[in-house]
Amino acid sequence: MALRDDTLVQNRRGFLKSGAGLLAMTIMPSGLIVGNAWAQMPQSTDPDTFKTLVQMSRDCYPHAQIEDKYYANAVNILDEAARSSEEELAFLEDNCAKLDKAAMDAHGVRYSEIPSDDDRTALLKLIETDPFFQKVRGNLVVGLYNQKELWPVFGYEGASADKGGYMDRGFNDIDWIS
Amino acid sequence: MPAPFDHNDSNVVVIVGSGAGGGTLGSELAQKGIDVVILEAGSRHETWDFINDEWDSFGQLAWKDKRMTSGDWQVAKDFPNLPAWIVKSVGGSTVHWAGASLRFQEHEFKARTNYGEVEGANLLDWPIDLAEMEPWYAKAEDRMGVTRTNGIPGLPGNNNFKVLEAGAKKIGYKEVHTGRMAINSEPRDDRASCMQIGFCFQGCKSGAKWSTLVSEIPKGEATGRLEVRPDSHVMRIEHDDSGKVTGVVYADAEGREQRQKARVVCVAGNSIESPRLLLNSNSSMFPDGLANSSGQVGRNYMRHTTGSVYGVFDKPVHMYRGTTMAGIVQDEAKHDDSRGFVGGYELETLSLGLPFMAAFLMPGDWGRDFAADMEQYRNMAGLWIVGEDMPREDNRITLADETDEYGMPIPNVNFDDHPNDTAMRDHAYKQGSAIYDAVGAMRTIHTPPYPSTHNLGTNRMSERPEDGVVNRFGQAHDVPNLFVSDGSQFTTGAAENPTLTIVSLALRQADHIANRMGKGEL
Repeated sequence: MALRDDTLVQNRRGFLKSGAGLLAMTIMPSGLIVGNAWAQMPQSTDPDTFKTLVQMSRDCYPHAQIEDKYYANAVNILDEAARSSEEELAFLEDNCAKLDKAAMDAHGVRYSEIPSDDDRTALLKLIETDPFFQKVRGNLVVGLYNQKELWPVFGYEGASADKGGYMDRGFNDIDWIS
Repeated sequence: MPAPFDHNDSNVVVIVGSGAGGGTLGSELAQKGIDVVILEAGSRHETWDFINDEWDSFGQLAWKDKRMTSGDWQVAKDFPNLPAWIVKSVGGSTVHWAGASLRFQEHEFKARTNYGEVEGANLLDWPIDLAEMEPWYAKAEDRMGVTRTNGIPGLPGNNNFKVLEAGAKKIGYKEVHTGRMAINSEPRDDRASCMQIGFCFQGCKSGAKWSTLVSEIPKGEATGRLEVRPDSHVMRIEHDDSGKVTGVVYADAEGREQRQKARVVCVAGNSIESPRLLLNSNSSMFPDGLANSSGQVGRNYMRHTTGSVYGVFDKPVHMYRGTTMAGIVQDEAKHDDSRGFVGGYELETLSLGLPFMAAFLMPGDWGRDFAADMEQYRNMAGLWIVGEDMPREDNRITLADETDEYGMPIPNVNFDDHPNDTAMRDHAYKQGSAIYDAVGAMRTIHTPPYPSTHNLGTNRMSERPEDGVVNRFGQAHDVPNLFVSDGSQFTTGAAENPTLTIVSLALRQADHIANRMGKGEL
């Protein structure tokens, strides 16, 4: 299983050029209904495709504390790329259709409607080396974990120079080690 | 004539690269009254420009030009176009280094003699030894303000260090401390003391960490004899009919081809770019590349045996607070082949921010277990393995068919782990886990090597011209006025972080070049 560097570089370049602004714009106001939080996002992909991608993203890196909208923010990076490329759009639509078909064949419902986490994960396992899966997963490495709003969930405090570093803010405050 | 210098000024020493080797050499030569032009491929970003954000900083500072990889090393699978994580900016990788400043051990200068014949390795003794290097190490330590030398106190230990220290002592390690660091523990040399910001890899925003950017280059520039020309990517070194180099051709910020004449050329572009430049400077007189009659240019690429161990605890650590390299265990740095490998390794604390942890903890991994590990971020302590790896002839930099935006062939980095590297890594993983287990880790994670930060050996120093590229002063065996001034001149890699040795060699080389110029020999 490889983290494709080209994905990483493209992600970070794309992110650096436009991603920070993009994310800032697309962070949704809180209080929207879970499962539909991305409804106001401009989308090039079909709403069902978008939903499949959001569910896939959650299944790649499932964090119960993280709301759907943050996964949707990450998917929006893929969606944005598909806005200017018919090829990209077709790639997402076709592959999500394939995944939904596999879901229908096995469970009689779309991928995002399969109730069991294990059943969905099993379907992803079958495609984990495919470029499509790698694209969705690779996108999350930066697209999900680099959303600053999420850092507190993981206990990461981000920039510190503007706060004077940690010299007086707990760099050596551990109290359980002897 | 004071800087800036004319392109046709053939009296200047031209240095390619402004990092630990090039930046130090250029500053020292200027301070000795010699006119110097440093051509730096990257832009100039100052202390106040640095960004406390891992990806944004990566975008600002990292060398992102495309490279290729091959061989069985994990990095080629995980990061096929990013074999090395180094800097393209004035100051080179001293901008993002962690600051560990360790002298080589005596036996490491004579690896072939002390380790014997190791199958599949191209071991060679350095033509110099520790005794010869000691005064230069002392000079470098004073210059860089290395803690635990020159009466400079050690840095205080952060949370990550306290976990490492407690675990290491519990399993019997003795040489455990907060390191010899080129980070001010008290104000010194017009630089402030460390504020425990973290983000050492992203450029020190307080200036407490030594770099050529904040320390050497300004001192050199103050003499009026050093010009640092950023956004200048050197593509070829030119020579005359007598085989002496005459100058370099480079692409400037607008991509225009420029030619800078030179009296002496010193190559210090790091161990991937330096051999790339020499190989690309082939001619009818030097058909296999400049200074390559030995065939060793680009070979013997070393990157240290590395890997990380993260201990996951049931209580917070906040490892990212404070210095990244906050402490060290040195007990395994000795050579003791009863462990199943030659050479030794250091264990040094390391922390990544949450964004880089996502990318590097287990590249490519996904699913519930990985997500659960990420959720333990605040409870993690981390260390990095730095061990001596074996030079191998086929671990090498070559020119690929693909070219960059200037038409220069991009480099390919081929690397196969030597069985000695693998045995050492496995041993270090086990010891790292034992350290954290001893203080109650719920589990430990063995992270594969990151893209290489220590790139060494591709223009190695040798006594005999047939064994290597440069002599004991870094002077090319084949070309009298061509020098190599970076870590690519390392004959072997030793277990220690390389910067202190690169700086010490650069100071020694500056002395040598100035003396030879004074005698009219260069």
